[in-house]
Amino acid sequence: MERGRTLGIVGESGSGKSVTSLAIMGLHRTSTTKRGGTTVSGTIRLDGEDLVSASPGRVRTLRGSKMAMIFQDPLTALHPFYTVGAQISEAYRVHNRVSKQVARKRAIDLLRRVGIPQPTVRVDDYPHQFSGGMRQRAMIAMALSCDPELLIADEPTTALDVTVQAQILDLIMDLQSEFGSAVIIITHDLGVVAEVSDDVLVMYAGRVAETGSAADVFRQPGHPYAWGLLGSMPRLDVARVDRLRPIRGTPPSLINVPSGCPFHPRCGYPEQVGGDRCQTEVPLLRETGPAHRVACHLTRAKQQEIWKQLAPGSAAKPGATAEPGADGDAAPAATAEPGQDVTGVEAS
Amino acid sequence: MITFIIRRLISTIFLLVVVSIITFGIFFLIPRLAGQNSAELAAQYVGRNPTHSAIVQMEARLGLDQPLPVQYWHFLSGIVAGAHYSVGPSVTYCPPPCFGYSFRTQAPVWPQMMAALPVTVSLAAGAAILWLVGGVSIGVLSALRRGTLFDRFSMGVALAGVSLPIFFTGLISLELFSYKWPIFPNVQYVPFTHNPALWARNLVLPWVTLAFLYAALYARLTRAGMLDTMNEDYIRTARAKGLPERTVVVRHGLRAALTPILTIFGMDLGLLLGGAVLTETTFSLPGLGQFTILAINNQDLPEIMGVVMLAAFFIVVANAVVDITYALVDPRVRIGLWPCWKSATCGSSSGPTTVWSRRWTGSRSTWSGAARSASSASPVLARA
Repeated sequence: MERGRTLGIVGESGSGKSVTSLAIMGLHRTSTTKRGGTTVSGTIRLDGEDLVSASPGRVRTLRGSKMAMIFQDPLTALHPFYTVGAQISEAYRVHNRVSKQVARKRAIDLLRRVGIPQPTVRVDDYPHQFSGGMRQRAMIAMALSCDPELLIADEPTTALDVTVQAQILDLIMDLQSEFGSAVIIITHDLGVVAEVSDDVLVMYAGRVAETGSAADVFRQPGHPYAWGLLGSMPRLDVARVDRLRPIRGTPPSLINVPSGCPFHPRCGYPEQVGGDRCQTEVPLLRETGPAHRVACHLTRAKQQEIWKQLAPGSAAKPGATAEPGADGDAAPAATAEPGQDVTGVEAS
Repeated sequence: MITFIIRRLISTIFLLVVVSIITFGIFFLIPRLAGQNSAELAAQYVGRNPTHSAIVQMEARLGLDQPLPVQYWHFLSGIVAGAHYSVGPSVTYCPPPCFGYSFRTQAPVWPQMMAALPVTVSLAAGAAILWLVGGVSIGVLSALRRGTLFDRFSMGVALAGVSLPIFFTGLISLELFSYKWPIFPNVQYVPFTHNPALWARNLVLPWVTLAFLYAALYARLTRAGMLDTMNEDYIRTARAKGLPERTVVVRHGLRAALTPILTIFGMDLGLLLGGAVLTETTFSLPGLGQFTILAINNQDLPEIMGVVMLAAFFIVVANAVVDITYALVDPRVRIGLWPCWKSATCGSSSGPTTVWSRRWTGSRSTWSGAARSASSASPVLARA
């Protein structure tokens, strides 16, 4: 991730978007429900510093100062017993040795920056006295209190109504250009990604399926899962000639990930690859263009050919993402029955 | 906030009046409904093999020959302003708060209760501190180390604590620490003002025994509350800020988890102040609990009524204190309680608006936790 750039991570529920972001923040291991929590292997680097091998104490000092996070539901994410101002000041004071008065000034200043009216008064309000949009603004103010270099927004607009969603996204983008942070937006709303992201990362079953610039991923997606996501999204700019095409089946259990390509039970194209590579061999991320990588066994030429038929607005009839009877059809395809009204990828 | 407190106090007084009506009704109205006439009622006050004239005299003295509302008024005004009892030519004045004269001792009831009260307060206060500190800290540690040996061991002990009756644990502790190894020999109540050291030493066993029962319950409640709270989103937010784990647990977790505990604590303390019957009996402490037992055994109506009214008073007051404290502790409860001087801020609440609906219907786990613990607390109370 580069400073000032925005990465959108998309995928169905359970595809590992949130876990990835929690792992970056080092929050995956602090669970009281599971003893010991989980372990992360590999490397996560922030400013050249590896967060996986760093001590929990070190990660804690980075958390909130160099990297900050905005959560999905701002009502439950704010503590009900403390004023908004106190919660923002607290975030600031953990990492800066300042007096309460200075931190309070900072909180008021931040509330003004995120567009809360009368910040000097509202700083003493409790979260329940704020509206949903204002709460999310307060969360953003809290996240930005220490000028983080990386801001992770985990479905920041899911709990908000549509008009407020747009305002919050605008706000995040404005503040990004002001603070120069790198931003990761996690969402299942492709519209949001298209709107705000420079780069897109499509996740499936805990793995990267496709990554590239937003233009590449939206215009020339190479992974059948990305096709499925795009095909199941209603579009207003293209005349609708047929029903939305959902991805049949459900995301796999991550305890029992399918062999080979984790997407193969739901994929319509294993026969185009030939043999049983999809069932046996995990596809690696391959460069298919400048900074555009796809984890699929299909050749780039095949990918382009199929997408040409699938792309919304193209004259050709859709190839079947949901073609029944394809090899490895393990998951039930109830939602893909022709004639049934299906609106697309549902995520919670 | 001031208006809320005033309103709460007014309703407290109203509640006490209702309690007095019910208490009076139980002892004076129900016997009549059951077919007992005033002479038979009066006969209970006279003694064994009463003469007819003695009964009539007692009837007049107690005012039992008068209509019930007049009798109730006499009872109520006696509590507030004192009462005159006329026996033939002599008139006895019973100063307020007058609950009448005991059959057993022929002494006014109120001073007797006031003599017993310090014993019960000493017992309840000491035990309350022990069980609050012990129960909550064990509960927090158990929640944070869920599934470890410590958790299992302490929850096992807690289960035993909730299950074992006072007269069992109390007698065992007396046998062990007073007779076998006389660390606390000759346990009997010594007033604090006479000898504070002896007062404390002699109360250690009752305190620990009573606290064990409650600490067990509070440990389980705190553990459940902490487990709920530590999974809340705002705890994740607190961690995401980079707060040290200790701050996360204490300031963000415990603060929220303790609120329902506070409610139960106030109610428990209020109930205990009305007399810890089993503990006082086991350790021969001359407190309100023992007073109650004696009153009931002797069918001493004035004493029973007095102690019922006093216990009800403590519970009602504890309830009011809990409500007021709750409004101080949880800002969400304050909505609708005080005037909206910050114009824009009042309408945007997403929750119910009064204390009552918030307290009993609320959607968050802490609230259901409060309701759950309230229901699980009651069986223990009967055994203190």
